[in-house]
This record gives sequence, C-alpha cells and structure tokens, in this order.
Amino acid sequence: MQEQTDLTIANPKMSARDVKVFYGPKQAIKGVSIDVDMDHVTAFIGPSGCGKSTFLRTLNRMNDTVASARVEGTITLDGEDIYAPSMDVVQLRARVGMVFQKPNPFPKSIYENIAYGPRIHGLAAGKADMDVIVEKSLRRAGLWDEVKDRLHDSGTALSGGQQQRLCIGRAIAVEPEVILMDEPCSALDPIATAKIEELIHELRGRYGIVIVTHNMQQAARVSQRTAFFHLGELVEYGVTSDIFTNPRQERTKDYITGRYG
Amino acid sequence: MAEHTIKAFDEEIDRLRGLIAEMGGRAEAAIENAMLALQRQDKALAAQVVADDKRIDAIEAEVEKLVIQVIALRAPMANDLRDVIAALKIVSVVERIGDYAKNIAKRVPLVASNTRTLEPISLLPSMGQVAGEMVHDALNAFAARDADLALAVIERDTVVDDFYNSVFRTLVTFMVENPKTISECAHLLFIAKNIERIGDHATNVAEMVYYAATGQTLPERERGADLQAED
Repeated sequence: MQEQTDLTIANPKMSARDVKVFYGPKQAIKGVSIDVDMDHVTAFIGPSGCGKSTFLRTLNRMNDTVASARVEGTITLDGEDIYAPSMDVVQLRARVGMVFQKPNPFPKSIYENIAYGPRIHGLAAGKADMDVIVEKSLRRAGLWDEVKDRLHDSGTALSGGQQQRLCIGRAIAVEPEVILMDEPCSALDPIATAKIEELIHELRGRYGIVIVTHNMQQAARVSQRTAFFHLGELVEYGVTSDIFTNPRQERTKDYITGRYG
Repeated sequence: MAEHTIKAFDEEIDRLRGLIAEMGGRAEAAIENAMLALQRQDKALAAQVVADDKRIDAIEAEVEKLVIQVIALRAPMANDLRDVIAALKIVSVVERIGDYAKNIAKRVPLVASNTRTLEPISLLPSMGQVAGEMVHDALNAFAARDADLALAVIERDTVVDDFYNSVFRTLVTFMVENPKTISECAHLLFIAKNIERIGDHATNVAEMVYYAATGQTLPERERGADLQAED
C-alpha cells in the first residue's frame, strides 16, 4: 500500500494550528492546521461557503475588518504569532500580501500603483531607487514589457488581465514573503488566466503562495499542494497529483469528480 | 457510487463500461469457440471465430474514440480518470487477446486429425478454459471495480504457465519420437503459446483493474525462474 506522503515542512514560512474562526455564534472554520512554505504553491479548493476564503483571510488578518469575526488557534509567520498584540498588522499585510478576485488597481498611474506601497513603507531612498523598485516589480509580475512605455497611464486603463498582474506587482513591490490569492483569475479570460498561472509558476520559490480557486483544473495546474475544504473543515490536504488521481476521502473524491451535492 | 452532477458524463461512462463488457464477452467466446473448433476439428466454427474478431477490433476503436472525447470534454478526475485510462489500456489488451484466439482458430485446419489422440490435445482445452476464465474474471472485476477479484486473476496466471510448460515438454518428446508429426505439433505449440499469452494479457488487465479500483499500482510481479512461459 502506498504510504501517506509526509507533508510536514521543517521550517514553514507560515504555520496554522487548530485555527477556528467564528462569525458571531457561527463557526466558519473548524480547527484547521496547515503549513505554507516557499517551495510549494498551496491551492485551497472547495464549494462556495466551505471556508477556504475565510481561512485564507486569517493568514494576514483580513478578518480583523469584520467586526463579528473571532479567530482561535495559532498562526505563525517565521515562528512569530501573527495574532499577538505586538504584531504590527500593517507590517504583517506587507509581509503577507493579497491579490483579490477582481483586479482593484488604484485610480492612479501604473507607476504610482506600484510605488504607493514602497513609499508608505519607506522602502525607497529616492526617485531613482523607486524607479528600480517599480521596474523590478513590474518585471516580476510579467507586465514590464507591456507597460514600460506608458508607466504614467492610468492603471485602470489596462485590460483585466494586465490589471491583475499590476495588482500582483503592487503586492510584490513591498517585498512580501507570502502572497495570498483569492480567486485571482475568476474575472479573467483564458489567455489572461494562463499568464497569471505562468506568473505563479515563476514566483514560486521566491514567495510562499496560497491560492483559493473554484477552478479545480487551475488548482491542478498551478499548485504542488492542495487542500480541500468542506463545511469549514479541512477534509483533505495532500500532494496535488495525489489529490487529483487518488484522493483518500470520499468527500474529496465526490467534489473533484463532479459528484458533489 | 453517487452520480455526476452532469448526467451526460454518467451516460458516457456507462457506455464505456458497456462496450468493455461486450468486448470482454466476445473475447471470452472467441477463446472458447477456438478451443472447441480445435477439439472437434470444426473448420466452420474456426472461420466464425476469425470473422467475429472484426467486432472486437471495432469496439476497441469505438472505446478509444469515446475515451478521447471524455478526456477532452469532461476532464475526468480521481477514480473517473483512473477508470477512463484503464478502459483505454484494457481495450488494447483485449483486442490482442482476440487476436490470439483468432490465431488459434486459423491453425485449426492445419492440425490434422491424426494428432487428436495426443496428450497435449487433451490438455489444451483445460488450459484454454483457465485462460478464458481469467479473461472473464478480469473484465468482471473491471465492471465491479473489484480489486480482490483482480488479484485472484493475477494469481491464476501460474496455472496457465504450468500448463504451458507441461504441454511444451510433452510436445517436444512426442516430436522426437514421431518426426512426421512435427508440422502439426509445431502448430499445437503455437496454440499453447497463444493461450499462455492470453493468460498474461488477462493478468495485465487485472493489474489495470486493480489500479483503477484502488489508485495503487501493484509491485512488479516476481517472474518465475522458468523461462519457457515467458515472452
């Protein structure tokens, strides 16, 4: 019989242990433990309302903005508890960046979209320094060649796929360690989607990447680890190729083969 | 197993399984009839086996087409993916089994009646029966997703191999003593070898069924020290 693949990561970038999330009296996440590192893209899949986005949001305390939300358990970044009172949440969100479903560039120039974060975090010494950051970020986001001649055009004038890469560039600009992506391609056409997927592939190793996706083929294409959520539980977490060829849990199998519900 | 949300997917999978069941039934019948034709020197039945093989080939082509369609349109995952891939591999093996049965049938007219009293002739139908049952059970195992039945098929391959070795020795001895029968005996040797290969192929089918049913691949089988029964 095949051995259960050991997914324990020696020095995880992020580590969640027995995380529970409540919205008022309702429990949305029921004790989830998972590790994130730089070498593996982790995909969260599951039906709507399963808790995958809620859990993703606990990783950079986006749930803090929801008044009724309460988080239990431990989440660490480089061993440091991100829910500790001493944690600077602004700093945390720079270290653990987020890309959303709908591209949301600032209504400013392409250049300013990238420069905004480094400026408020004081990462650039001057204009020349900022130019370097902007170019590097746009290159890493796979957008530089398409926009280098119009850096001062509005970010919102770009196509949807370009806007999303701009948002990824914006997240990259503040030198994050982890990038969380919440259905980053669901508003994009297949070609723009393929470009984002290729970008995720290139960013792996440099950043820890966690992606929530409704598109199982996308999870299969971009990730090395897949976590299946259902009704707030982490039902199964495994090597992506195992999850899609030989899931161990009946619920995972039913979901990925289209028998759910 | 629960149904797919998309009903057409279930219909395609059902059709695939139906085609493979039919193909298996036909291959099994081809083996049985070829052996019967050999025993009875029934050239008409032998010719029928040869003619019927066309339908087996046609089913193989149909399954291949359907599998490509399912992969392209349904993007099957997990057990569905394993079933579909197993189906694709199984049909090419069953098609080979059909060819072996056809080859046996083609040799029927070439085996003269004076060899019918040979001991090997009396062994061959039993050997053919075991191989036919292996084919039958391997395909039943696929239909029922029964990993245990698949394992039982794999274990039975040694029975066919033992038969083959026994037939081989008997025929060689007989040929040494009766050189005039060498031509007929050579055909009987090929027939025995065909049945032995059918057993191997049924074993291959069973291995694929095991994988489709469990998601685990079986470790490479230990081959016996006896080289005769190997390819």
